[in-house]
Amino acid sequence: MFGKHPKKALFYVEKGLSKTEIFNKTGQTVGLYNASFEIYEGEIFVLMGLSGSGKSTLLRCLNRLIEPTSGNILIDGEDVTAVDKDRLREIRERKISMVFQNFALLPHRTIIDNVAYGLEIQGIAKDERYRIAEEVIERVGLKGHEKSKPSQLSGGMQQRVGLARALATDPDILLMDEAFSALDPLIRSDMQDELLELEENMQKTIVFVSHDLDEALKLGDRIALMKDGVIAQIGTPEEILTNPADDYVSRFVAGVDKTKILTAENVMKRPDPVVSIRSGIEVALKLMEIHGRSSIFVVDANKRLHGLLMVDDAVKGLKEKKQISEILTKNFPITSPETPLQDLISISVKTDKPIAVVNANEKLVGTIVRGSILSALKKVEEDEK
Amino acid sequence: MTIPRIPLGDFVEEAVYWTNDHLGFYLDAFSDILGYLLLIMKNGLLLIPEPLFILLIAAIAYLVSNKDWKLSIGSAVGFILILSMDLWELSIETLALVIASAGMALVIGIPIGILCGKNDHILHIVKPILDLMQTMPSFVYLIPAVIFFGLGNVPGMIATVVFAMPPTIRLTNLGIREVPKELVEVADAFGSTPWQKLVKVEIPVALKTIMAGVNQCIMLSLSMVVVASMIGARGLGYQVLIGIQRVDIAAGFEAGIGIVIIAIVLDRITQHLTPK
Repeated sequence: MFGKHPKKALFYVEKGLSKTEIFNKTGQTVGLYNASFEIYEGEIFVLMGLSGSGKSTLLRCLNRLIEPTSGNILIDGEDVTAVDKDRLREIRERKISMVFQNFALLPHRTIIDNVAYGLEIQGIAKDERYRIAEEVIERVGLKGHEKSKPSQLSGGMQQRVGLARALATDPDILLMDEAFSALDPLIRSDMQDELLELEENMQKTIVFVSHDLDEALKLGDRIALMKDGVIAQIGTPEEILTNPADDYVSRFVAGVDKTKILTAENVMKRPDPVVSIRSGIEVALKLMEIHGRSSIFVVDANKRLHGLLMVDDAVKGLKEKKQISEILTKNFPITSPETPLQDLISISVKTDKPIAVVNANEKLVGTIVRGSILSALKKVEEDEK
Repeated sequence: MTIPRIPLGDFVEEAVYWTNDHLGFYLDAFSDILGYLLLIMKNGLLLIPEPLFILLIAAIAYLVSNKDWKLSIGSAVGFILILSMDLWELSIETLALVIASAGMALVIGIPIGILCGKNDHILHIVKPILDLMQTMPSFVYLIPAVIFFGLGNVPGMIATVVFAMPPTIRLTNLGIREVPKELVEVADAFGSTPWQKLVKVEIPVALKTIMAGVNQCIMLSLSMVVVASMIGARGLGYQVLIGIQRVDIAAGFEAGIGIVIIAIVLDRITQHLTPK
């Protein structure tokens, strides 16, 4: 709540009035309300929305750069909104750090002194903090620039310094406020990849604010889409794309190139029918006949994929009295559930056989034929209209 | 229509005399201490042999200007000229007055400027006082200065401090307010105490603007110590005053040139102290 009489506005919020109505009635701007959610340890949680939707405000409430008018913020069970100044400083020193949109490097300090700022505040001796800072600088790929001033570095490099500064204190939580928005598209994409790579090794909890949907979909384990200070939907990227909670969300996601987002998992069909490797060839032929297929996947009792049985081979094998295992073909594409639709298109044009979708345990989880890719593409196209 | 006369001037006069009557003892003690410090400073500077002093000035100019030998040689030539005009002692006295007044104005002004930059209420109170200090003709507050501190260098110094302080306060305030919000957030987000935020982030970032205020303060001090010669402040200003009173063009001009030389050297040196 922004303004001089937050209590009054709060009263109207509870009565369910909109942001505009409350502003007209009380002159108070509601920055944010009714934002209740959990962020899980080790995930990248993206707060997304247009400017003015309250995402940066929400982020700043988490470390109380902005004091929330009411409500609680719990970190590891501790209510941040209730702690005193000293404890808040301690939390900011050790638990939460922040990366800023315009890098916000201290212009009078060298790179290494910028990175070591948080450690300096913690009261760590110079040798020790330089040692740690050098390590982090190397991790973000800026070795050799320790003694430069921020103005000597490019935007992308400056934000690496911003990231290194935030990582130097080894916090549990990283708040990133439009961290890559000021960078040009190519550098931005590189930084996103590097963040994902770093995250793989660090497992920090990251809260990332972005107005860029592509970025949110790329980085987010989960995304909260915000509108006018309210959270419109929280979910995984797939959930938000395939199952928008309301009109606003669906309009927001309309422009996305879904072939990059939709994966094999979203377009595959259940692997039905399949035949057991221990069955006879007659069973396989019968199943193909019932379902009108010219081929069938062969699995064992654990649903592990063994191969594909073609109808011609089955007929021939029946005459020659062979076992299924002898006449299987292994010559068909196999893919993982995470493969993007875009890649599936190129796989499917190179083969006339169905694509098997196999998970990390080698279990057959689905099949994709060319028809299901086409219908998925058609749906994407319709959604975009 | 006649409006009854509001005796504003009488009020102020009363207040000045009252202060002098009741606090005179303290004012005298204060005056004595300042006078003594000024004397030590002047005599200290005069202890340095002239050639060494000129070399020192040249060396300082060379170092702060990042090895600009033109500034270094120019400063040396200027002071040699002063020496040849036989104005050395007067110039040193003026220099001592300027250093003392500007130093005092900075020691008081910068902290007030920081407070103004951090707190709107303080700024609202200080601002009209600054307006008053800057627009009131300087001759006007020479009068109470004489009453409080007698004639001589000390009232001149006090009047100079009053005159030279406002730009320091204003520019320090401006510098602190101009620190980008994101940088203040950085300080907070990493858990800095208010003091750490001030000395590690705000003052360094504002330093350029603050140093512009320091430069202004020194230049205004120099112009005021000349005016202050009217209440008995010594140095080159007094020489100018004598020149006016006796219509002695040569003496007046030489003293004037001496002031110009000191002004330019001080200005260039302090400008180079400003971070780029």
